[in-house]
Amino acid sequence: MLSDRRPILLANARVVDPSRNFDGIADVLMADGVVREAKKGIGAAGVPEGTEVIDCRGKLVAPGLVDMRAFVGEPGAASRESLASASQAAAAGGVTTIICQPDTSPVIDDPATVDYVLRRARDTAIVHVHPMAALTKGLNGKEMTEIGLLKAAGAVAFTDGAKSVTNAQVMRRALTYARDFDALIVHHTEDPDLTADGVMNEGEFAARLGLLGVPKAAETIMLERDIRLVGLTRGRYHAASITCPESLEVLERAREAGLAVTAAASINHVTLNENDIGPYRTFLKLSPPLREEHDRQALVQALRSGLLDVIMSDHNPQDVETKRLPFAEAAAGAIGIETMLIAGLRLVHNGEIDLLTLLRATSTRPAELLGLPGGTLRAGAPADVIVVDMDQPWVVNPDELKSKCKNTPFDEARMQGRVVRTIVGGRTVYEVV
Amino acid sequence: MNDHNAVGEQLAIFAPRAGGLVDRSCAPLPRPALTPIDMALMNSPAKTSFVLSQKHLLGIEGLTVQDITGLLDLAEEFVILNRQVEKKRTTLRGRTQINLFFEVSTRTQSSFELAGKRLGADVMNMSASSSSMRKGETLMDTAITLNAMHPDLIVVRHHASGAVALLARKVDCSVINAGDGAHEHPTQALLDALTIRRNKGRIEGLTVAICGDILHSRVARSNIILLGAMGARVRVVAPSTLLPPGIERMGVEVARDMREGLNGADIVMMLRLQRERMNGSYVPSVSEYFHYFGLDEKKLSYAKPDALVMHPGPMNRGVEIDSIVADGAHSLIREQVEMGVAVRMAVLEALSRNLPNA
Repeated sequence: MLSDRRPILLANARVVDPSRNFDGIADVLMADGVVREAKKGIGAAGVPEGTEVIDCRGKLVAPGLVDMRAFVGEPGAASRESLASASQAAAAGGVTTIICQPDTSPVIDDPATVDYVLRRARDTAIVHVHPMAALTKGLNGKEMTEIGLLKAAGAVAFTDGAKSVTNAQVMRRALTYARDFDALIVHHTEDPDLTADGVMNEGEFAARLGLLGVPKAAETIMLERDIRLVGLTRGRYHAASITCPESLEVLERAREAGLAVTAAASINHVTLNENDIGPYRTFLKLSPPLREEHDRQALVQALRSGLLDVIMSDHNPQDVETKRLPFAEAAAGAIGIETMLIAGLRLVHNGEIDLLTLLRATSTRPAELLGLPGGTLRAGAPADVIVVDMDQPWVVNPDELKSKCKNTPFDEARMQGRVVRTIVGGRTVYEVV
Repeated sequence: MNDHNAVGEQLAIFAPRAGGLVDRSCAPLPRPALTPIDMALMNSPAKTSFVLSQKHLLGIEGLTVQDITGLLDLAEEFVILNRQVEKKRTTLRGRTQINLFFEVSTRTQSSFELAGKRLGADVMNMSASSSSMRKGETLMDTAITLNAMHPDLIVVRHHASGAVALLARKVDCSVINAGDGAHEHPTQALLDALTIRRNKGRIEGLTVAICGDILHSRVARSNIILLGAMGARVRVVAPSTLLPPGIERMGVEVARDMREGLNGADIVMMLRLQRERMNGSYVPSVSEYFHYFGLDEKKLSYAKPDALVMHPGPMNRGVEIDSIVADGAHSLIREQVEMGVAVRMAVLEALSRNLPNA
């Protein structure tokens, strides 16, 4: 529709653009699917004829979020979450780019499947979708995938998703080979033997609940091994989901050694702790598990210092059938793409981090790491822009969430702030009237 | 734990035979004269009239000291009743009690069955082997199905921690946890407390050593909470592989050998160690475990001379406990079983008082 592609002016907004370290009152003009300019006084200077002018009245305007880790059920489990439903949820949450994980059926481990996902996304999704491809065939941790061809087909990074590659030789070869293609390797660092039957953080609370724990060492040992391999191979490496200060120490040493190592934490791990599990709430059963409050605080501190690069949703839709079970038997994972930004605003409202830090970690940094053009309001960047009412109070009602599954850890949670408009490629794809 | 003194005072008030050691054999109470059918007793309500603060009994956690003391006092009445020819009460007449056991347990299930029947309830037993639970029906579906049959009390045992609380959220009746995973087994802790109180005259100030597989034991957790709340000093004794990390933050002392752990103990409570955990996964072998942690007369001598030995059963003789000790003069193991029925009657009666139309 032509009207969809009219130029848009977002006037009188609080514009926050981490790519330019900008936080101030300004206007943003978009046309032909790209940002034309973002500065003060565009409206006064006159805009092209036919421009849709939106008076933001001080609302937040920022680059759309790039969610670096979302598990979508398509192909194979679209009843849990399709690319279409995930993209609806994303748009409602201010996420304009979804990075989907290869843990699908079939696994995204050949170029044809990458192509399938991209075409399905083009036809059904209302935000951008880029898949990560499997690092090893069938996520089996044995043979590496066609990293070159997969990257050429559109895979933005390589990962075994929620699985860890336990064989150090396989990991070493993959890091070495991927370097030739400047491919990013993303790894879920959790030693499966040490994790064993553990279902939550190891410690007093697990002891009280009579649940088996997952020690932090399960994560840190695997991360430590990976860092040694990165030192050996000089590959580009990203820890998919870290949870504790012990891992941050490992990360810091890697940075000091000049290695190309980055890391993410999920929105759950920076806003919740193990006590939120309360009376065996399975929606808070996650992998890696929620840790203690001081661990959460250490992650937030690392976010402030820049040691922790990315916050992602770790969006993982699970059926009622896999969640309404005793805690140890329930599936791990929580949906999060729709609430990531708003949950992150809790940290801003609490004064734990500023908006620039939050948006850098959820938008600018992931785009940079993946070599995507979003995450910025620079002239010429894609017009992937969100408008957020920072103060609107609301209560999360799972029935109103767009995801097909309702396993949100923020069930009934009180929130402050709401996405009111999401623009993807210059078109408004979500709007609260 | 500043309220220990208060606990002590309550115990002094309620404990029926506080002060002085009593004979540990099974018949210390004066028996009322037996009459073939004591209609007066059968129809009279229990003398103790306390009200439990809970709708369900999901764990010791959440009970007040008054709840615990009230249940123990009520159980004392049933101990007397159970030693008579006529053991029936009518408190639960018309009530339906379902024993839902996802994990096989002959002794706990029969104890609950007897308790319910002696109070006049209609008792139905369902076990995992005989039901649709084997056909893949989920716990929630089972709960919804049973709820539609209007039971008044459901007794549940399940292999997963938290499963009983999950089920309780889906039914309208009162739910009793008969053991959920490694979480809680509240009636076991209550019967242990009753056994201790009857034999030592008190709980406060005693040193209780709980020995063995603490990691997987719901009995240990419930006892730690109950005994701690009642002012006992609790010590856990186990190889480090069988101790949950963080256990010291539950208010217990931790010992890794029996000499240290049993030193000065008034009560030695042994736990069952399952055979699949003895083949190198948690401990190297049965013989090594028995050598270091099996309770024999020598290890028992580290405890106080009048120390008493308990075990929730079923025992692995020669693994965690030597037969000489299990059957010896210090053993309370048979009395525990007797107290089990009385405590479960007390729990059923107390919960039924909170039911609609009670």
